[in-house]
Amino acid sequence: MARWICLLLFFAWSVAVAGEAAPAAEDPQVEARMLKITSELRCLVCQNQTVADSHSGLAEDLRREVRAMIKRGASDDEIRRFMTDRYGDFVLYRPPLKTTTALLWVGPGVLLVGGLAILAIVLRRRSRLAADRFEPDEAEAESIEGGGRA
Amino acid sequence: MKALRFLVPLAVLVVLVGFLAVGLKLDPREVPSPLIGKPAPAFALVRLDDAQQTIRKEDLLGKVWILNVWASWCAACREEHPHLLAFARTRQAPLYGLNYKDTRPDATGWLARFGDPYEASLFDPDGRLGLDLGVYGVPETFVIDKEGRIRFKQIGPVTPEVIQTKIVPLVKELNG
Repeated sequence: MARWICLLLFFAWSVAVAGEAAPAAEDPQVEARMLKITSELRCLVCQNQTVADSHSGLAEDLRREVRAMIKRGASDDEIRRFMTDRYGDFVLYRPPLKTTTALLWVGPGVLLVGGLAILAIVLRRRSRLAADRFEPDEAEAESIEGGGRA
Repeated sequence: MKALRFLVPLAVLVVLVGFLAVGLKLDPREVPSPLIGKPAPAFALVRLDDAQQTIRKEDLLGKVWILNVWASWCAACREEHPHLLAFARTRQAPLYGLNYKDTRPDATGWLARFGDPYEASLFDPDGRLGLDLGVYGVPETFVIDKEGRIRFKQIGPVTPEVIQTKIVPLVKELNG
C-alpha cells in the first residue's frame, strides 16, 4: 500500500514538474492565434510537419516572426502573404484556387463524377439486356430444378 | 469494339506509368521560389570580417553578383566550397557570402581552414535576411542582376554542372 502511495506521489510530482518545464507563453491569446496560423503552414525543413509542431530552427524563427507580426497587429491574411511571398503557395496546407492548382481542387470531384457516370452507364446497359444473358444463381437454379421434380 | 477492351486499359496504364515516372524524378525538396524575378529584399548587414563596415543592397546595384548562403555548421557547404573557390578564381561575377545563423569565431575559423572565395561575407547571426530570402536549406545560391532583382536560386550545394550550365550562362546574359 505504502509503495502504491509512493508511486502515486512520484507521478503527481513528475506531472507537476513537467508542467513547470513547459515554456510559459507571455500572452496566451497571441500564442493561440500563432498556433492556429502556423498549424496550417508547412515546415520547409521537415516537409510533413507543420510550422506549429516542428522543432527545426527555421520553424522556431517563423513562429517567432508570426508572434511578432501578431503583436504588431497584422491580420491572418497579411501573415499568410508574408509566408507565400517567401516560400510560395507550397507552404500553405490549403492552397488557393488558381489555374495551377485547379486540377488539385477539381480533380477528386471529376474522378467522383466520372466514376458515378460509368457506373450509371453500365447499370443502364445491363438493365436493357434480356434475362437469359445472365447466368442464374446456382442456389436459385437448384431450387427451381428441385421444385420441378417434386 | 473488341480491340477497345484492351486498348482502354492499356492507355490508362501508359498514362499512369507516365505520371509515376515523372513523379519519381521530381524532388519534393525543390520548392519553386516565388522570389525569382522579384527585387531582392533590402538589407544592411555588417561584414563578417569587420563589424564596423556595413554592406547595403544599394552598394551592390549596377553589377551582376552572386550571393551564397553558408554557415560553418552546414556540412553540405563544405561539399560545394571547392567549386565556389574555383568559380571565384574565374572572376566572372563578384561572389558574396551570407553567413547564416553562425558565430563570428566559428565562421572566420571555417574560412581560414577551407579558403575564402568571397569578396565579403554578410554576417546574419539571427537569420533575418535569410528569412526574407526564403532560405530553408543551406547552402543556397542566388544570382542577382544589376537592378537588384533575383534571377536564379539554387537550393542545396552548387555542383560544377550547375555553375557551368546555369550560373555562368545567366551571368553572361545579364551582363549583356
